[in-house]
Amino acid sequence: MSSIIPATSLTAQTIAEKVQSGEWTALETLENYLTQIAKSDAEIHAFNTVLEDEARAAARAIDERVALGEDVGPLAGVPVAVKDNLCTKGMRTTASSKILENWNPPYDATVVKRLADAGATLIGKTNMDEFAMGSSTENSAFGPTRNPHDLTCVPGGSSGGSAAAVAAGFSPVAIGSDTGGSIRQPASLCGVVGVKPTYGGVSRYGLLAFASSLDQVGPFANTVRDAAIVHEVIGGYDPKDSTSISEPFPSFLDAIEDGVEGLKIGIISELMGDIDGISSEVIQKTREAATLLSKNGALVEEVSIPASLYCLSAYYLIAPAEASSNLSRYDGVRYGLRVDGETLAEMNINTRTEGFGDEVKRRIMLGTYALSAGYFDAYYGKALKVRRLLAQNFDEVYSKYDALLSPTSPCTAFKLGEKTSDPMTMYVNDVCTIPSNLVGHPAISVPFGSGSDGMPIGVQILAPPMQEALMYRVASTLESAEK
Amino acid sequence: MSLMTEPISEKEVAHVAYLARLRLSDEELQLFTKQLGAVLEHAKDVEALQLDGVEPMSHPLPLENVTREDEVDEMLDRKEVLNQAPAVEDGRFQVPQILGEQP
Amino acid sequence: MTNADLKDGWELIVGLEVHVELGTATKLFCGCVNQFGDEPNTNICPVCLGLPGSLPVVNEKAVISAMQLGRALNCSVNRSVFARKNYFYPDMPKDYQISQYDQPTNTDGYLDLPSGVRIGIERAHIEEDTGKTVHIGSTGRISGSDYSLVDYNRAGVPLIEVVSHPEIRTINQAKEYVEELRGILLALGVSDAKMEEGSIRVDANVSVRTTNEGGLRTRCEIKNVNSLRSLGRAIEYEANRQIDLYENGESPSQETRHWDESAGRTRSGRSKEDAEDYRYFQEPDLVPLNPNSEIIHMIDQGLPTFPSERRTQLAALADIDIAEIALIVERSHDDFASETIRAGATPQMAIKHLTNNLSDGLGKLTPEAFTSLLQMEENAELTSTQAKKVLGELVLKGGNPQEVAAQFGLEAIDTDQLETLIDQLIANHPDEWERFCGGEKKVQGFFVGEIMKSTSGQADGKAINQILNARTSE
Ligand SMILES: [Mg+2]
Ligand SMILES: [Zn+2]
Repeated sequence: MSSIIPATSLTAQTIAEKVQSGEWTALETLENYLTQIAKSDAEIHAFNTVLEDEARAAARAIDERVALGEDVGPLAGVPVAVKDNLCTKGMRTTASSKILENWNPPYDATVVKRLADAGATLIGKTNMDEFAMGSSTENSAFGPTRNPHDLTCVPGGSSGGSAAAVAAGFSPVAIGSDTGGSIRQPASLCGVVGVKPTYGGVSRYGLLAFASSLDQVGPFANTVRDAAIVHEVIGGYDPKDSTSISEPFPSFLDAIEDGVEGLKIGIISELMGDIDGISSEVIQKTREAATLLSKNGALVEEVSIPASLYCLSAYYLIAPAEASSNLSRYDGVRYGLRVDGETLAEMNINTRTEGFGDEVKRRIMLGTYALSAGYFDAYYGKALKVRRLLAQNFDEVYSKYDALLSPTSPCTAFKLGEKTSDPMTMYVNDVCTIPSNLVGHPAISVPFGSGSDGMPIGVQILAPPMQEALMYRVASTLESAEK
Repeated sequence: MSLMTEPISEKEVAHVAYLARLRLSDEELQLFTKQLGAVLEHAKDVEALQLDGVEPMSHPLPLENVTREDEVDEMLDRKEVLNQAPAVEDGRFQVPQILGEQP
Repeated sequence: MTNADLKDGWELIVGLEVHVELGTATKLFCGCVNQFGDEPNTNICPVCLGLPGSLPVVNEKAVISAMQLGRALNCSVNRSVFARKNYFYPDMPKDYQISQYDQPTNTDGYLDLPSGVRIGIERAHIEEDTGKTVHIGSTGRISGSDYSLVDYNRAGVPLIEVVSHPEIRTINQAKEYVEELRGILLALGVSDAKMEEGSIRVDANVSVRTTNEGGLRTRCEIKNVNSLRSLGRAIEYEANRQIDLYENGESPSQETRHWDESAGRTRSGRSKEDAEDYRYFQEPDLVPLNPNSEIIHMIDQGLPTFPSERRTQLAALADIDIAEIALIVERSHDDFASETIRAGATPQMAIKHLTNNLSDGLGKLTPEAFTSLLQMEENAELTSTQAKKVLGELVLKGGNPQEVAAQFGLEAIDTDQLETLIDQLIANHPDEWERFCGGEKKVQGFFVGEIMKSTSGQADGKAINQILNARTSE
């Protein structure tokens, strides 16, 4: 089993402190990471684009500002890998799709802007499942990403490139997007920390939409604290996103080391048993995590979220429905690929048929069907009602518990090609992560040991909306006990 | 009383593909019909639920009345935008012959 | 009002869908300039160009304007949500239109027409406009073109779509409805309401039925109507086309038809069979609009007085039929009229001049000058012809009517002088006088004309007739 995992990794926190103090330069820090990428990314393929020149220019600018005595920001000189579905002005943004292979957006995503404003250097755009549709990063038009722990395995997805980049030491932190688990599941499979923020907590402006009511941008990191640092940088109200929350969140970092003494934590019983393809090792690890939390003073009990059993079905109606509409704009008229045709409709059809991969086509058709006259009520309408039931379930449980615990992924990283022939087998990978997306609550995956195959296992902590501070506290407790 | 829908047919998949401006080969039509059928079969659990009186939830946030002031903001440079376009003429986006009027 | 051109035994049923472009500074969902006539694709940004990753944010002014229009149309203003209407068309950058569907901002209102008819309003909802497509090729029209070019300057401009119930029964009512809506929009100041520039666009749902038949028959939606005149022509053509079909034992199919102005006919567009399935669903990038009672109250407080109420007010003040003062209200001369009437002018006379002689505007005319001019005419100090001449001068240069009349040397000849002149004339033309007394009315014109000639038009025609009639009975 060949793996590419650095013996030690620096934290973003350390880098920022050393760069700001002048002890290290942003440029030499960056060069170390670029060297690592040059050495190993050909095998892993975490990146669609490595922004060497742009990153060097940014690092030099940061070093100049440090020399002038300026406060560069909380990510001073920290290289960040950004998923290739976030717009970067003048820099190729593809969503790993042939239809956008050569698209250079004329604007930056809010998240990208905030990273730069905080002193980060954008090191590259990471590979992903095309338009974030997938759980293995095998649905990329530019070839799959491999898991740094075992190159024959997938890194998870859809933000597999970002998870692999952090695991392989290509960048200390990375940004992904999570619509049904696309940050947490690859984080779990690659042995890193991954966070899906509260819906509305991080701006979606400049994020290429998959399913607008579910999509959230979030961080990957080696440590819970680093994730919280990046989250604070990218989060907060953005007037360009109508679904952005304007009230301030409690600080993620202030209470991060306060422990779990006195907290009430529920284990979601529905996600601990009868689920297709869930491994006993994963359940075992989640129970160990529960034991550990109670040893640290938390009260841990099994709780029931009955509607979680219907989440997978509801999600695979709602997400494709929104996606079918969101992806209509790729029609060959204004940007991206055009495959000519005699008439407008022919051109539209030729472009989309050639430009989209199979998984994207499947979901567009599924969503179109779910929204079409005659089926709307049976499928999409019903799915929205399940979503309401789920929200009511969570409300009830959170009236008694502070946070919840579950597995992140039902299994450890699987082999490339193992699950590509049957979409339903792949979809089941999202079963534990989907509920948080449907209700818009925050959740984090924290590495917690590994399976008998030597591959990482993550556990998931869920919290009520806007209660990330609490979520980070619990995650940090698990992390320090694990180390 | 819940009338379950019939399994999705090749004809329906072909129609949906047209609505979505996609072309499927015969083999693809067969395969996609089978695969979409499997997902919809899984969704039967949701379809079978009795959910009368449950308010649909389109959005996770209870936000309302988010607006902006009627103030002019930065616009894009036309050259930059048209540079990204597949076909351009006379400062406009060129498209092939349109059959049929706008709906 | 009748449909003179509709075949006997048939009735017309029309419902109108009017798209109104709001005159906001910026577009509905982005800060791009909302302006007509700029260089193509210069007023665009990631949002209105539908670029990947962009998100809409609603223009507050557009929302307030929509609610104002809703209240002006006597609608209930509701909690509303935006929806996506999905279909592929190149003038729509996202290939869906953000509109409102099952929960529109305004519902259940009505519009009172000057003719006294009340037309129900089903809804008035907010949506975004599309870009503009020009068709290149020999025909210049979409059919037969070689290719098309798209300009997105108009994409995302805020629209209100006002949908009436199918309660319009004549072509005149249809025109009145659009005119009245324009009046309201102008009074609100929310749109320039120019039909020729496309800031008001009208689609007509037309059907016919036999007299006294209940229910509605198949309707056709007529698009591409660019003026009030073509609206009338299109409805008339379409109604007769449908009647002809029925009378030949056929029936029209429900479809969209396009008005061809030069050919004077409607042409089939898309039939219902291949109608798009729009797959409406709630727009996930936007949140609901939910005006509280305070906002509604504030909107109501700020509403101007609308044409229908102004007509009622002026008609009551002048004690004149509403139909006779409609034009004055349309020209917004009703305040002016009211002031002169209150200052003592004879209402009929004021209305007559305002309707017939002041269609080009009031210029420098003041209510005081107008009132005293009317009094001079009333007192026969000026003839109506003279009054009109003075009025023209007052509009042009201002001043008071006495001075202007004096300047022009205008003065109605007093009755004594006039009687002397008439008696002289009778004495000089005994034959004509005999014929006049014998009842030959056309000779009257001879006498009036001669007096006018000899007084250079300063005599009052009415007074001449009175004297002539008095002399015959002597
Ligand atoms: Mg409309
Ligand atoms: Zn714009």
